[in-house]
Amino acid sequence: MIALAEIVQKLNLEVVGSAENLDRRVVAGYASDLLSCAMNRAKKDYVWVTLQSHANVVAVASLLDLAAVIITEGNRPDDETIARAESEGVCLLLTPKTTFTVVGELTALGVRGEPEQP
Amino acid sequence: MLRPILADLHIHTVLSACAEVEMIPPLIVRRACRLGLGLIAVTDHNACANAEAVIRAAEGTGLAVLPGMELQTREEVHLLCLFDTVEQSLAWQAEVWSLLPPLENREEFFGPQYVVDAEGQWVRTEGRLLAASADIALEQAIARVHALGGLAIPAHVDRPSFSLLANLGMVPANLGADALEVTARFQPEAGFAQWPELRGWPLVVDGDAHTLNDMQNRTLFKVAAPTVRELSLALRGAEGRKITVDWHPTKS
Repeated sequence: MIALAEIVQKLNLEVVGSAENLDRRVVAGYASDLLSCAMNRAKKDYVWVTLQSHANVVAVASLLDLAAVIITEGNRPDDETIARAESEGVCLLLTPKTTFTVVGELTALGVRGEPEQP
Repeated sequence: MLRPILADLHIHTVLSACAEVEMIPPLIVRRACRLGLGLIAVTDHNACANAEAVIRAAEGTGLAVLPGMELQTREEVHLLCLFDTVEQSLAWQAEVWSLLPPLENREEFFGPQYVVDAEGQWVRTEGRLLAASADIALEQAIARVHALGGLAIPAHVDRPSFSLLANLGMVPANLGADALEVTARFQPEAGFAQWPELRGWPLVVDGDAHTLNDMQNRTLFKVAAPTVRELSLALRGAEGRKITVDWHPTKS
């Protein structure tokens, strides 16, 4: 399992929201722009890749206790959303890259769509 | 004096590429009258150009028509934007069009977008792609519609696509909307069990009519007049105004 800090460094991501959990281990990844799908499929300690930057992204990440959310294509949450991420302990990672590119890079780092079986 | 008015606040015309060619002003008005509707709203995708023609077609029938739009936001959430006057709706359209990508419609993929007159005669074909997202966040759009004096109602929230609940997972805190719309297929027992948060919202049932048969007569407003201000009071249950929804669809 890879640490969030290594993903941030290798993918050159901008950290906003809460940066207190960068030593957290990422167990798997999920990508979708429909928040209802993320709510059903992403799980605790997943990294979620989406181009949505709406405040509900923070709500979903907090609800599911995700390791982080990678927000793609240069989309930037508003200040209120970032403040909420800080207060809820949600790590938001920003990048100008597309979701396709980010998922490819995560795969190259060994992050899969399902957690490894112990 | 308050009176009951049956309403369908979500009706497309032939300006929406996905609407059937029968969705022209005189047929919409005739169908609305047959359904006993006292109020309809014309809500084409990201556009308002046919609303005035429907208003004219309804003159003398007793049917009130609000000019409106079904906006597609940055999050790909559909939002009903309803106004009292054509001028307000066109001001909103100008704002929305400045936020839409400048793409050409391709009829072979999306279908044609017709502007028509009150008789349903062709006036022109809109060449701009209306089936796109405006670069505005949902909450911003609601605030702008309110600033222009309109009502803002997220559309068909129970649909699996282009809806508040599908795209944003849950109703955002501080949404600011006047009500939420559910589809004619919404079943209260199953729907409220799946989305308990809907119980706290005024709900309206509309047809999202792309054909004449889709039109619905299940949302009843008790208001003094079919205006934005009165509808707003009814949705809040204020000053004796109220809404009632017939949850059991009639076969028509």
